[in-house]
Amino acid sequence: MPRYLHVQAPEQGVRLVILQRPEALNALCTELLAELASELDAAELDEQTRAVVITGSRKAFAAGADIGEMAERDLVGILNDPRVGHWQRIGAFSKPLIAAVNGYALGGGCELVMCADIVIAGDDARFGQPEINLGIIPGAGGTQRLLRAVGKPLAMQMVLTGEAISARHALQAGLVSEITQPELTVERALQVARSIAAKAPLAVRLAKEALLKAGDTDLASGLRFERHAFTLLAGTADRNEGIRAFQEKRPAQFKGR
Amino acid sequence: MTFEHILFSIEDGVALLSLNRPEQLNSFNTKMHLEVREALKQVRHSDQVRVLLLTAEGRGFCAGQDLSDRNVAPGAEMPDLGESIERFYNPLVRTLRDLPLPVICAVNGVAAGAGANLPLACDLVLAARSASFIQAFCKIGLVPDSGGTWLLPRLVGMARAKALAMLGERLSAEQAERWGLIHRVVDDAALRDEALAMARHLASQPTYGLALIKRSLNASFDNSFDQQLELERDLQRLAGRSEDYREGVNAFMNKRTPEFKGR
Repeated sequence: MPRYLHVQAPEQGVRLVILQRPEALNALCTELLAELASELDAAELDEQTRAVVITGSRKAFAAGADIGEMAERDLVGILNDPRVGHWQRIGAFSKPLIAAVNGYALGGGCELVMCADIVIAGDDARFGQPEINLGIIPGAGGTQRLLRAVGKPLAMQMVLTGEAISARHALQAGLVSEITQPELTVERALQVARSIAAKAPLAVRLAKEALLKAGDTDLASGLRFERHAFTLLAGTADRNEGIRAFQEKRPAQFKGR
Repeated sequence: MTFEHILFSIEDGVALLSLNRPEQLNSFNTKMHLEVREALKQVRHSDQVRVLLLTAEGRGFCAGQDLSDRNVAPGAEMPDLGESIERFYNPLVRTLRDLPLPVICAVNGVAAGAGANLPLACDLVLAARSASFIQAFCKIGLVPDSGGTWLLPRLVGMARAKALAMLGERLSAEQAERWGLIHRVVDDAALRDEALAMARHLASQPTYGLALIKRSLNASFDNSFDQQLELERDLQRLAGRSEDYREGVNAFMNKRTPEFKGR
């Protein structure tokens, strides 16, 4: 049983992972991170799971890393930090990951948001990388994914000043895909997850992979990858079912093969 | 925490916050700011409070910033007024606007400077017949703050907003009512009672729904028509799940008086 996570299966094909460390505004201590990585590993292997929603509390998605824990690590401790491996596992999750963000998403919390594929935020959410205030820098993608998400000037401003931005600003900058009333954030994220869960799983997986390629390769390679993925799907039963259902004006029944 | 510059009580769902530096016309110094902040924090975290009533003691409502609190003697370093706005006035008006409950303001006397704009950030404003509103900022080289430049043109139109802000003339409570700056003028002697009666009435109403109404109307100045329709949809979704809605419909169907809990 995870200590810092509460996992639900609110509907067919969807898992809802709730970060639960209220005494520390869901600060991502190593144990929490390890639990999250294991949870995503499990969701990866579970054929029934088609999409995962991750959320925190009304007040905080996750307000950073555990500072006390970090202070104890010296240079060698940081070189051998198990967190690196946990972050890699989280970042490598191949199914759609949707973040439902209310309140603070700071430091590691903001980095976790950026590991998600889709971000639904409550309109009072705050996003920031305040590491610079502690004499450190983001260490889990904050300098890399943020720049790709919002562009250089805003990424520089956020990382160098440590100042947080509002949900509206984050939406405008491209860090967030949609904002909604805070009470409806999780519900809206689950709706999106439900919609994805009803699609052909192989097409969803290859679409996610192709989209992520766009962020870290040149256009020609990306287009080549997309074409290969497109071609691969031609051999699937779900593709034939999808096209036939469209022609016959009925809902498709996808089987994941 | 015991308060020195404000009076604060919670009774039957109504939080009563009264500014209490009558000799200084209830102008803000740092201590009063901190006390108001503490009281509003209690309002926000209490599950008892369903309505906030903001008023003041003595003959004035609030004269804005206590200027004796600011050192602008010749040779002294120029103060950064932006800092005091950012630290005190902006959080205060944001809190009043964002509090998820109706906020009534009873303006008992002269309201000047930030004191004239504070009521505008509240939801329902009553004013004593002898009260007045003065955008005094222009007389000392300043700009209306505490949301004034945003709220005034929306409430009374740009022409009147500019005249109020640039001439700094006294606006009587009755004129303020005619212009739509405030909800209603009340005889001086009746102000406190009428405001309390309104507060007690609202405290018996579906106050969660009222908070959603407040949220939707506050958002309407910023939103396009389509965005506002989407907001109405979402807030109605929330309202429709409330206990009070169920109680309201049930009472209506059974022809009885509803008992709302504010949830």
